[in-house]
Amino acid sequence: MPAIRSSVDSRSPDFQANAARLQLAVDDLRSEMAKVALGGGEKARAKHTERGKLLPRERIRALLDPGSPFLELSPLAAHGLYDDAAPCAGVITGIGRVHGTEVLVIANDATVKGGTYFPMTVKKHLRAQEVALENRLPCLYLVDSGGAFLPLQDEVFPDKEHFGRIFYNQARMSALGIPQIAVVMGSCTAGGAYVPAMSDETIIVKEQGTIFLGGPPLVKAATGEVVDAETLGGADVHTSISGVADHFAENDAHALDIARSIVASLNRKKSVALALQEPREPLYPATELYGCVPADTRKPFDIREVIARIVDGSELQEFKARYGKTLVTGFAHIHGYPVGIVANNGILFAESALKGAHFIELCNQRNVPLVFLQNITGFMVGKKYEQAGIAKDGAKMVTAVACSHVPKFTVVIGGSFGAGNYAMCGRGYQPRFLWMWPNARISAMGGEQAANVLLTIKQDQFGREGKPLLTPAEAEEFKRPTLEEYERSGNPYFSTARLWDDGVIDPKETRQVLALALSVVLKSPRVQGGFGVFRM
Amino acid sequence: MFKKILVANRGEIAVRILRACREMGIASVAVYSEADRRALHTRLADEAVFIGTAPADQSYLSIERILQAARQTGAEAVHPGYGFLSENAGFARAVKQAGLVFIGPPAEAIEAMGDKGAARQRMQSSGVPVVPGYQGPDDDATLVRKAAQIGFPLLVKAAAGGGGKGMRVVNEAGELEEAIAGARREAHHAFGDQRMILERYIPRARHIEMQVLADAHGNVLHLFERECSVQRRHQKIIEESPSPFIDEELRRRIAGSALLAARAVGYQNAGTVEFIVDPECREYYFLEMNTRLQVEHPVTELVAGLDLVQWQIRIAAGERLPFTQAELSQRGHAIECRLYAEDPANNFLPATGPLLRFVEPQGPGVRVDAGYTSGDAVTIHYDPLIAKVIAWSGDRPGAIAKMLAALRETVLLGLTHNGQFLQDVLGDPDFQAGQVWTTWVEDKFGDWQPPQCELPPEVLAAGALLRLQGQADASNAEPSGADPYSPWRNASSFRVGKGGV
Repeated sequence: MPAIRSSVDSRSPDFQANAARLQLAVDDLRSEMAKVALGGGEKARAKHTERGKLLPRERIRALLDPGSPFLELSPLAAHGLYDDAAPCAGVITGIGRVHGTEVLVIANDATVKGGTYFPMTVKKHLRAQEVALENRLPCLYLVDSGGAFLPLQDEVFPDKEHFGRIFYNQARMSALGIPQIAVVMGSCTAGGAYVPAMSDETIIVKEQGTIFLGGPPLVKAATGEVVDAETLGGADVHTSISGVADHFAENDAHALDIARSIVASLNRKKSVALALQEPREPLYPATELYGCVPADTRKPFDIREVIARIVDGSELQEFKARYGKTLVTGFAHIHGYPVGIVANNGILFAESALKGAHFIELCNQRNVPLVFLQNITGFMVGKKYEQAGIAKDGAKMVTAVACSHVPKFTVVIGGSFGAGNYAMCGRGYQPRFLWMWPNARISAMGGEQAANVLLTIKQDQFGREGKPLLTPAEAEEFKRPTLEEYERSGNPYFSTARLWDDGVIDPKETRQVLALALSVVLKSPRVQGGFGVFRM
Repeated sequence: MFKKILVANRGEIAVRILRACREMGIASVAVYSEADRRALHTRLADEAVFIGTAPADQSYLSIERILQAARQTGAEAVHPGYGFLSENAGFARAVKQAGLVFIGPPAEAIEAMGDKGAARQRMQSSGVPVVPGYQGPDDDATLVRKAAQIGFPLLVKAAAGGGGKGMRVVNEAGELEEAIAGARREAHHAFGDQRMILERYIPRARHIEMQVLADAHGNVLHLFERECSVQRRHQKIIEESPSPFIDEELRRRIAGSALLAARAVGYQNAGTVEFIVDPECREYYFLEMNTRLQVEHPVTELVAGLDLVQWQIRIAAGERLPFTQAELSQRGHAIECRLYAEDPANNFLPATGPLLRFVEPQGPGVRVDAGYTSGDAVTIHYDPLIAKVIAWSGDRPGAIAKMLAALRETVLLGLTHNGQFLQDVLGDPDFQAGQVWTTWVEDKFGDWQPPQCELPPEVLAAGALLRLQGQADASNAEPSGADPYSPWRNASSFRVGKGGV
């Protein structure tokens, strides 16, 4: 396979400026991640540990194979929401390795409002279950939660994608042979009681874990019965009398050790339908990604510079290199896994869309996972293009993406605007994972474009009404709120806070994150498509 | 020449002999015990025969099983190495009776030198100087009387002894009876024979031995001396050739006596005549003859430019030595250090354990005879000798410098060993000046302690990382087959955004 030859000059002022800017964004990302990793603050953490309980991240570390990776999902969920009262949305989710088996971990953080479920907590929990379902990952629930966050109960309880869906998912996954394992390390009250109750196998920690549909206060109110929590639903009761739980653990560490042993006995084996190669590092360092991407999303750059810093040996077997050049397509390997790369290299024209659709068909025929590197301002507009039917060509690519049955991965490395988001496998197109770089922007159109559209409409209106048109200074003033709003809501923190993605990642982690994810999707069953490859 | 040889030994000497066979185009057979199933010698031989459980008397000392292995594989000759059955006349005889060739001296020569008392008498009558002493009826009263005649200090020694067992130094008459009783106990335990002999004790004596080589056609040659005065617990740890002590005249005299000794017992094959030398009067006395290949034979090989093991085989096959004494010479200087699994800070107590990592030193003039590789284990069952490092250079200071560099380069992890101790001995001014004697190590290094060194933090960090990696690897021993390059296998502790967990 031919290697991409980089023509980036890492000493040029442009490169240095780009790198410095992205470095700032990455530094900011890291500091935000470090902040939320502390959970509900010093006091809550101290109270938690005084009771002999491990903090949720300590629990995850003890659960996973020592030194093994942990692919955390949406760590900045609920960032800037609920007055920042729910760091990480109060639940840590991600993929890790236990006895050599990749599992999905959902760990409540009781230091965040007692581990109760905010709307984003529910969304994050459901998203994690979706990842488990799609990739056939055993689920480990480290439960320590007071149930729904009552002040917002109307936003977490009743709807289809709300609290009840958690247990629905557990039942459905169990039916599909995806193990559901719960470790009760704190309270599981009311609805929360169903997490362990719906699990295939459940561990409960002595004097810490409790499971009951109604806690002591509710029991007293309802029936007048006075009972303490341990007698009502403690570890001893549930493992010796009720049978709600299966394993009695002395403490957190013991419980996690039992959980590890359970995973070791799951009798699962990976099967791989891909032709793997020995991994090779790219020829160019990942740190140079910082300098490759211009600060201004409208400024063109060669996307191959990015590909060269992500794929094995920087090698790309390009498809249709001479046609529809604003989209780069080709076969490559990431950490030994074969992938088809679809990457924007400018605005989408009809030819680029046709090329993309053709290539996606190829990947489906050959069962090659797709990686979308998204940096798209949208499809070309104008009389010439509309008359040539760009909408139907764009639709072909969107159709190809939507009907694609191979695992898809999307990394938003720059802009994600308009219908380009659809054609490039935005969140609505069910990529297995979607990540954003900290410099990325996402909205229905670019902020500048949106402001100009609104300005044009306004000027037209003034024209019709015979009013004087806005002066350039007034026009800028008119555009400012729109620009500010788009900057705020197009920001990756805004996106990731709302689970529009699976996390904001440091660009230089892209290869590692994709590699871990590619390994994970190997478990998913292969689907055969119904048509041959249409030449577009 | 033989087509196939069985090596009735283990460890480095078995490996040494197997290699010689290979170089000569002779097929080799190793024997191994339960403990040595994966040992280097077992793996290196063309064939390997299992001969029993780990205890030596169930395997490497079992004449019957070794001969059965020889018959089973069609070996024509048996090389006994050193230790085990190498100086057992019964074994030499049994090999012969089985129609095989014993690669070593005739059984009679082994016997003649095997009884220390008889050997001493025989040497005396042949004109080989022996240490003034007494042997004969050995009731305590006689021994006490004879001791008074010889004078103090003197040595009480087991008649059947060797290797320092059943031996006591007595400084004055008052200590004598207790020393006799102690030596008898030890001798009884070690050899099943508690007969004692007496010898004058020579303070600061030097141990100098002559390598001899004799064929079946009457040619008896010597291959010069080795000095082995650096000993601990009466066992050699550093040997060299030439000796820094003797001059040409003394060398000639000792060599003459050595040849006399060998001829007196009709010696054939390789053997070593050991002497002690009184540094004051420069007199030498016959100590004993080792009727086998010595541990320290490599130093002679390097300075004399001969392969002793190959010559042992050739002589046993009936070949005639093609060179004369005049054609032999000593070239340069060779030193051997024995790397033992033992604790020099605790009375050289033998150590056992896994050889987690063993990296042999390399370079021009450095030879390593090892019986172990990384991943093996030193067990309680056998001698704790891990390897011999031999360095050759043009002169003695050069050889010492090379040896020090080689020992520094050696990596031996997982068990207690004497590598640092050997370096300290080599670096000692007395040793460098050649001023050593057989108890010098005890006198000078009796309270030796390993240097205390704090591990730098980066070493600890690297160690911790290695341990983690090992665990992560262990954890994914199984389901790796389908996804062999999985990034999940890396103990990278990867975290998105380098955040917590």
